[in-house]
Amino acid sequence: MSKLGNLGARLHRGEISYDFVGKRKIWYGVSILITITAIVGLAVRGLNMSIDFQGGAVFTTPTKMSASVTQAETYAHDASGQEAVVQKLGNGSLRIQIAGIDTNKADQIKQKLADDLKINPDKLAADLVGPSWGQQIADKAWEGLAIFMVLVVIYLAIAFEWRMAIAALVALIHDITITTGIYALVGFEVSPGTVIGLLTILGYSLYDTVVVFDSLKEQTKDITKQTRFTYSEIANRSINGTLVRSINTTVVALLPVAGLLFIGGGFLGAGTLNDISLSLFVGLAAGAYSSIFIATPLVADLKEREPAMKALTKRVLAKRAQAAAEDELAADRAGDVDDSSDDTAAAVVGPRNQPASRSRGRGGRPSGKRR
Amino acid sequence: MAAPKRGRSASAQSKPGRSLALILIAIVALTGGMFLSGNTTPRLGIDLAGGTSITLKAKADQGSAVNKANMDTAVDIMNRRVNGLGVSEAEVQTQGNDNIIVNIPKGTNSKEAQQQVGTTAKLYFRPVLASEPSGTATSSPSPSASSSGSSSPKPGASASPSASTSSKEKASGSSSGSPTATATSQGRAVTDALKAGSTPSPSTSGSGSAKPSATPSASAGGASADAAKLRAQYAALDCTKPAERAKVGGAAKPGDPTVACGQIRGSWYKYVLGPAAVDGTEVKKAQAVFDTQGASGWQVQMTFSSSGSKKFADITGQLAKNQQPQNEFGIVLDGEVVSSPYVQNAITGGQAEISGSFTQQDAQSLANMLSYGALPLSFQEQSVTTVTAALGGEQLHAGLLAGAIGLALVVLYLVVYYRGLSLVAMASLLVSAILTYVIMSLLGPAIGFALNLPAVCGAIVAIGITADSFIVYFERIRDEIREGRTLRPAVERAWPRARRTILVSDFVSFLAAAVLFIVTVGKVQGFAFTLGLTTVLDVVVVFLFTKPLMTLLARRPFFANGHKWSGLDPKSLGAKAPLRRTRRPAGPAAGPVDPKEA
Repeated sequence: MSKLGNLGARLHRGEISYDFVGKRKIWYGVSILITITAIVGLAVRGLNMSIDFQGGAVFTTPTKMSASVTQAETYAHDASGQEAVVQKLGNGSLRIQIAGIDTNKADQIKQKLADDLKINPDKLAADLVGPSWGQQIADKAWEGLAIFMVLVVIYLAIAFEWRMAIAALVALIHDITITTGIYALVGFEVSPGTVIGLLTILGYSLYDTVVVFDSLKEQTKDITKQTRFTYSEIANRSINGTLVRSINTTVVALLPVAGLLFIGGGFLGAGTLNDISLSLFVGLAAGAYSSIFIATPLVADLKEREPAMKALTKRVLAKRAQAAAEDELAADRAGDVDDSSDDTAAAVVGPRNQPASRSRGRGGRPSGKRR
Repeated sequence: MAAPKRGRSASAQSKPGRSLALILIAIVALTGGMFLSGNTTPRLGIDLAGGTSITLKAKADQGSAVNKANMDTAVDIMNRRVNGLGVSEAEVQTQGNDNIIVNIPKGTNSKEAQQQVGTTAKLYFRPVLASEPSGTATSSPSPSASSSGSSSPKPGASASPSASTSSKEKASGSSSGSPTATATSQGRAVTDALKAGSTPSPSTSGSGSAKPSATPSASAGGASADAAKLRAQYAALDCTKPAERAKVGGAAKPGDPTVACGQIRGSWYKYVLGPAAVDGTEVKKAQAVFDTQGASGWQVQMTFSSSGSKKFADITGQLAKNQQPQNEFGIVLDGEVVSSPYVQNAITGGQAEISGSFTQQDAQSLANMLSYGALPLSFQEQSVTTVTAALGGEQLHAGLLAGAIGLALVVLYLVVYYRGLSLVAMASLLVSAILTYVIMSLLGPAIGFALNLPAVCGAIVAIGITADSFIVYFERIRDEIREGRTLRPAVERAWPRARRTILVSDFVSFLAAAVLFIVTVGKVQGFAFTLGLTTVLDVVVVFLFTKPLMTLLARRPFFANGHKWSGLDPKSLGAKAPLRRTRRPAGPAAGPVDPKEA
């Protein structure tokens, strides 16, 4: 079995685990840093809005073109009186962008451009947009985002609980901020396709989060009936237990998107395919990160404020202190230090077992002691 | 871990064959339906098939509302306009609350369509100054439609000018130039009835009377140069030619006289029209009613607004004094005369009716047009995309290639990681793919679904979503095996828990898709639709296919005994039960080394 399979097994048994929740301050810090960078990037550099947002035209020529990029730029300038951006696409066609022309004038320009380039106007694909079109798409996107957030918070509050809903929402906002921040910093062009991709992250970013929450909900079902683990520890176990799943789902989701980005986009150059897949790619990665490092620790944080959980933590710590004291006593008496310290360590990381009644936890250890 | 135990007793799970048979039947039925209906490929959107896609945004004029009814009406008008161009298979649909998308397939005059479609729909009542059949009678069924001929080229159709109280159906007889010459064949009690000649009457004297200057009401514009120009235009106009039709009418200002064409029952007529007397927005209501008492059959009733009824009274009062055809007024929609009823008396009550020998359909369509004219919406072009067929095909290829490669990568990953289990995943992906394809093909004719580029993206992205569900389930099964269970109980125990996770997360995905679909416009919708569809299909496939298949496979020794290649080998999964016996080699030896690698 692959290394990852082994990893999965050991994660499951709790042999190895990473203390995501315990080190949450670090990850919060990292996220806040990224978010601040993103916001600063947005404020300073702004987003590179595509032609769809300012109004203009994008012409795409057929693949076999004799005209060079510079020639095309001159032609486009002549035809429109505006500066044009010309790119050569992967398949050899030219993509000519002219900003700031309205749909009324565009027809003329198209005609002239086709004449200059010596092609049939019918062969010249054109995408003409009024200045308010992109804005409208963006407005609708915000509207959709707001509606989705409200609905999803309600749903998660019902399906899980409000703390998880809040945490999921924070993670979602986090993802969107990071994604837009990256767009601002790198200078990727924001087109309606990007907006589509960004909106899709909504569902996707929450997918992993929901998987972790589902496990968390299951594991914390009888949490108050036991005194072995605090909520945070169980939350950490949930993350670790679903880690392989999260990695797998993210990888599997990213693969087709990567295909879309590198093959689809690379073949055709810029275009809808590229715009959608790029924002998906960035957003998916951010979503996977936030479900592990932000959403669940946040739930644990919120949860630990609950009186019942506070009491539980107290009980768990008391019990541990007691056990430690006993162990120390035992160690003093028997000198079997080795074994007892091992025991405490295992409890902190949250070992292999489910909480409370179903715990078969003692199962492994006696055999170890028997050794 | 405690709760979901009872899920095992659910009947569906004990009979995996039944679910598999069910989904098999569904696939066969859908595929059969697809072949029977002859739609074996999904309908391609304009951006893939080539063509022009125009997005228009409605703007409310004078505070009137952009509402669903108005939008639907606008779609009807635009449909009529693009179809008037002879465009086939053009589609006009609303999107979102205030957008209309017009898709015109390649090979049609998209420029013309673009011009026509975006202009504001306006309806005017203009006095007719002159009219005659137009063109070389190519389409006119009756050769008699010459200038001096009978007023009605079509026998039954035309009610030619008649007295207000009578709707006369004139067969073919009226002499030209006689304003009220036609006998009234039907006495009608309705004094303010407006009798419609749905056929325009022929001009009184060839083109002679066509001079706008000669007409009483033409004085508005006045300038003789304009009049001469108009006259020349009228003389040259051949309404049987679509190109010429497209030229006239539309651009005319309401205050100027103009020339226009109108098609009445298959024949084209040309008109000289005076300045608009009544604006279409002043028609409060128009409806087709069946006149049970007067035996005049279907007719159109109009109700004017208060200012409208005053204007209408003025114009009808004026017209009634004139001679045929100058007692007619043309109802002009988008520069085209849709009807030219004549007037006998001034109609003062704000109520009018137009009758003739309408069929129900005619009457309703005229009533609709009158209502359309009152349409308060104007539209602004938001985007126009023309895609050549070649480019669209290229994009589709790139998309499909990307999809295939993405799928291959996913399959590769699944094989490496899940070994034998990946067969289940692949089979499920295959079933998903077939269902998606078939349903997309069927949805083309059913609800007008067209596969556009974002939709292709959506489908590709959905590969990930679908694979996610298997991963959730497989990991659950593995967890159960690690707990020391054998495969068969593991498969059953894992299911209720995986099921809940899958449902919850798929619901979130679906919610996102649904919100996107409802709220957004244009390209985004196709994407959202595909995403929603595939999410639903994912649930269907996992429940009816993947799970039952797992149940069946769990009985096979290959999987049940945990063959090395099955992906469910308890030993390599680090299961507990065998752990007691084989712990030494597996446990401590591997323990300290691997974490560093991972």
